[in-house]
Amino acid sequence: MEERLKQLKQEATAQVEEAVDLKQLNDVRVAYLGKKGPITEVLKGMGKLSAEERPKMGALANEVRDDITKSIEAKQQLLEKAEIEKKLAEESIDVTLPGRPVNSGTHHPLTSVIEDIEDLFISMGYTVEEGPEVEKDYYNFEALNLPKGHPARDMQDSFYITEDILLRTHTSPVQARTMERHQGKGPVKIICPGKVYRRDNDDATHSHQFMQIEGLVVDENIRMSDLKGTLNTFAKKMFGEDREIRLRPSFFPFTEPSVEMDISCKICGGKGCSVCKGTGWIEILGAGMVHPNVLEMAGFDSKKYTGFAFGMGPERIAMLKYGIDDIRHYYANDQRFLTQFGQKEIK
Amino acid sequence: MFVSYKWLQDYVDLSGISPEELAEKITRSGIEVEGIEVSGKGIENVVIGHVLSCEKHPEADKLNICSVDVGEEEPVQIICGAANVGKDQKVAVAKVGAVLPGNFKIKKAKLRGEASNGMICSLQELGVEGKLVPKEFAEGIYNFPKEAVVGEDAIEALALNDSILELGLTPNRADAMSMLGVAYEVGAILDRKVQLPELDYSQSEGRASDRVTIEVEAEKENPIYLAKVIENVKIGPSPQWMQSRLTAAGIRPHNNVVDITNYVLLEYGQPLHAFDLDQVKTNKIVVRLAKENEKIETLDDAVRELKPHHLVITNGEEPVAIAGVMGGANSEVSGETTNVLLESAYFAPASVRQTSKDHGLRSEASSRFEKGVDPKRVELAAERAAQLLSLYADGDVLSGTVGTDKMDKTEKQLSITLEKINRVLGMKLTVDEVLDLFRRLQIEAAADQSTIHVSAPTRRGDLIIEEDLIEEVARLYGYDHIPMTLPVHETKPGGLSARQQKRRLIRQVLEGAGLMQAVTYSLTNDQKAKEFALDVREPVKLMMPMSEERSNLRLSIVPQLLESVSYNLARQQDRIAFYETGSVFLEESSSELPREDEHLAGAVTGLWHSHAWQGEKKPVDFYAVKGVLDLLWERLGVIEDIRYEQSREEHLHPGRTAAIYLKDEKIGYIGQVHPSKQKELDLKETYVFEVKLESVYTYETAPLHYSAIPRFPSIVRDIALVVNSEVLGGDLERIIKHAGGSLLKSVKLFDLYQGEHMEKGKKSLAFSLIYMDPARTLTDEEVVKAHEKVLHAVKEQAGAELRG
Repeated sequence: MEERLKQLKQEATAQVEEAVDLKQLNDVRVAYLGKKGPITEVLKGMGKLSAEERPKMGALANEVRDDITKSIEAKQQLLEKAEIEKKLAEESIDVTLPGRPVNSGTHHPLTSVIEDIEDLFISMGYTVEEGPEVEKDYYNFEALNLPKGHPARDMQDSFYITEDILLRTHTSPVQARTMERHQGKGPVKIICPGKVYRRDNDDATHSHQFMQIEGLVVDENIRMSDLKGTLNTFAKKMFGEDREIRLRPSFFPFTEPSVEMDISCKICGGKGCSVCKGTGWIEILGAGMVHPNVLEMAGFDSKKYTGFAFGMGPERIAMLKYGIDDIRHYYANDQRFLTQFGQKEIK
Repeated sequence: MFVSYKWLQDYVDLSGISPEELAEKITRSGIEVEGIEVSGKGIENVVIGHVLSCEKHPEADKLNICSVDVGEEEPVQIICGAANVGKDQKVAVAKVGAVLPGNFKIKKAKLRGEASNGMICSLQELGVEGKLVPKEFAEGIYNFPKEAVVGEDAIEALALNDSILELGLTPNRADAMSMLGVAYEVGAILDRKVQLPELDYSQSEGRASDRVTIEVEAEKENPIYLAKVIENVKIGPSPQWMQSRLTAAGIRPHNNVVDITNYVLLEYGQPLHAFDLDQVKTNKIVVRLAKENEKIETLDDAVRELKPHHLVITNGEEPVAIAGVMGGANSEVSGETTNVLLESAYFAPASVRQTSKDHGLRSEASSRFEKGVDPKRVELAAERAAQLLSLYADGDVLSGTVGTDKMDKTEKQLSITLEKINRVLGMKLTVDEVLDLFRRLQIEAAADQSTIHVSAPTRRGDLIIEEDLIEEVARLYGYDHIPMTLPVHETKPGGLSARQQKRRLIRQVLEGAGLMQAVTYSLTNDQKAKEFALDVREPVKLMMPMSEERSNLRLSIVPQLLESVSYNLARQQDRIAFYETGSVFLEESSSELPREDEHLAGAVTGLWHSHAWQGEKKPVDFYAVKGVLDLLWERLGVIEDIRYEQSREEHLHPGRTAAIYLKDEKIGYIGQVHPSKQKELDLKETYVFEVKLESVYTYETAPLHYSAIPRFPSIVRDIALVVNSEVLGGDLERIIKHAGGSLLKSVKLFDLYQGEHMEKGKKSLAFSLIYMDPARTLTDEEVVKAHEKVLHAVKEQAGAELRG
């Protein structure tokens, strides 16, 4: 009997090994462990055994049954796993094919530049101010130390609607209006972005409509060194920590002293190239200390208050940042142009 | 202003400073040098030659065979095609081996059988701009004056190897519109002395005051009018060096008299005018305002009508010049002129500006008068010109000057404290440092303790207030030396206003939904300005537009967006989706600023979704665009009060357009562009929307508040309702919501059917209704009761039957 049990175990284990699918394995289970199977047969013959041998054989029979069961279970797991893998293999797809497109729009590059500048100055405590695009002559010119008859305010250069109303030629009237609202009390600390208009024929470098963004700080004890430090922070954040700035004297009716700011040319590293016209420097913006007449006209005591202002063109900034060569691209809304600015630049 | 590096050395020692270094220094301390030009750069082997003989080429009518002495042992034979070549001329010869601008190499050649060993050059061929070449040589080769030395370098003789600095002058620096002004500036920068021209010359016995009389009737417009008389001048070319300097400065040489007046204009910044005294006829000058309907023929042969505010120079009878702007043809210096009346004057800037603008004439003279010349140089310049006329036109200068001078030439006195200079600049300069800077500028300054008193010279009309002095100090000391600090004051948080934040949110949402931000022009033509407008009215118009296409301010953004759509369609884009936020302009009254309303607009056409290899292709339709707007309303927190109503709008499809309401205000529309308009604009099916943002910006959104996640199950009931085709889905939904009461949590349309299995004129709308009570499990009975109310209501109010 013992022989028979061992033989059964051997036979069953061999058949379990040979089973190639779950059905065959089940057949093996039924064949050996079923109610009509050989082990049951063997157990039925236990009655013939002696009292000493019975428990021994019983234990052995159970052991054989357990071993077979275990080997079937182990094999079953293997087969199930193989079956799943086979099924998954059949389900496999070409993962290199294109995904289903999700429509996504883009910021206009000018908006990106303006928002970047806004955010930078907001982080330094500025608020964003806006004003009308159609302005009174007073705010566009007079309040900015450009009295009637001043050569810089030629009718030929501006779009007038009536003698006293025109499309603003810069965003500076927002400065004048904001200062006026402050009623002679500082601090004023603002950044003003917006559209402006000038009588220029549209070509690669001129546009009758363009953007400007200006900044203004008025308080007691605002120094020119504060302007320089602020512009330096701006240049490094906007164009890279390795950039240097330089201030050059210039002239604007609403500031005195007036300067223009250049940044070192990134392309040639200051050695001189075609972008910087061989100078190693690129002109970025105009700035200066607010002219006392402008402060006084807006109701500030110019003996007590000083201020600085700066202004720049987002078109030019974007041209320099992205290498854009024609200002008309900004207003043609060619999707092949706009889609190039989908990536968010994170510094 | 073009500044010759060589000429500048007459006044300031520039040794050790290259043109490039000089340009950099000038730029850093005040005036931007926009470029350095050397017009004859790289030209070699061009010498002065003497044409010994000049014969017609036997084989070619237009060619000449010239034998030219170029200072070598043998003369060279050159074939020359210029019509004005001739024997005995002194000419510029490019020898074999020379390279001219444009990499033009001179080689030995044979022209119709005759050897040609070089080229006789025009000034243009040597790099001079055509408009600066003297008229007589404009169409041919150049002739040097007789005294030119054969064999000498022609480029050197023409000073074409000179570096010309182009100064970009800001309006305040009129002082640098003269070589002397630039010399003062450069002297200050380099801390070197300025050498002024010596003005001695011999005068003849006769007195100018015996020869002419001057009367000024308009003293306000003409505070200084001085005249000198030069007799017996010999008109001819001016010396080569003077011609070269004028050319370098961008002025075309004419003859010695005219050239000298221009030379002094460049040197002193004082415009002069030379009259042919015999043509003035009356020996009398009267300066007055023009009479109504008075006319003058000017030097450019144009007849100009004068107005009573135009200042004119007359001979007592008729105008002989428009003051400060242009001379008259009747008294022009010509080849026959022998006696000259030289005018040097101060004309009021505003008067000259207005006059030159009225006539569309801007000249070297008017551009200087407009900014105000230095009153102290009016007489000096006259003396300088007289000196040059006696030297280079053989003139006899009558002694004395005639005229009137009523101008106050007192120097403006300014005072500033050191403390203020340092406070504004953020620096720590000393009194001595500041005084030294003014010394370099040749501006008188003295200190009284820490107060600095400055006497602003008349040549520096830009020094008016304290801040102007601060700028002088800062620019000359160097902006590089200003430290970098940040404002020290009470810091308040910066940020965006609610409106600005909402605008950014709109951009984010629309871009996330696949729309691209466009920026279009505010100015458009009359028709487009009005089309698609939410507020129909006459657009705001420009007084003097540059073109009809940009003459009106827009009332709607849509027409411009459609233009961008067309543009992209023509460039094979199969999916075009734009939005724009910006102002539209509404005239309220002509004396006030127009109202500027911020609008949001969009235009979408082509494929809304496509995924080609899986065969998915969905063109845009009304609901795609409406879905985007609904997402926007949701994110802005206004969706509860948004309503769409079937609407008819101009240029929109009558059956596919909705008006958008926020509460009870119509804020915009959404719809398909009318097929006939689409055709006109070459568009395919295109959907547009435009919304006024003001009410959206000012809408008070309820603060966000958490409501508990439901703990009890909800019950779903689907119903299919058959209604007449005209019944609107939105109305049905409203009826259901209203009738469902508080237990009805949501209503969603999930099917629309109209077709062959439906009775004609009917349609079926299927809704999914969810009932729920957050506090307990609903009983069937309660749901049935609520649901029956719904069914009753839709039947009563919309004639809806349950679909069998």
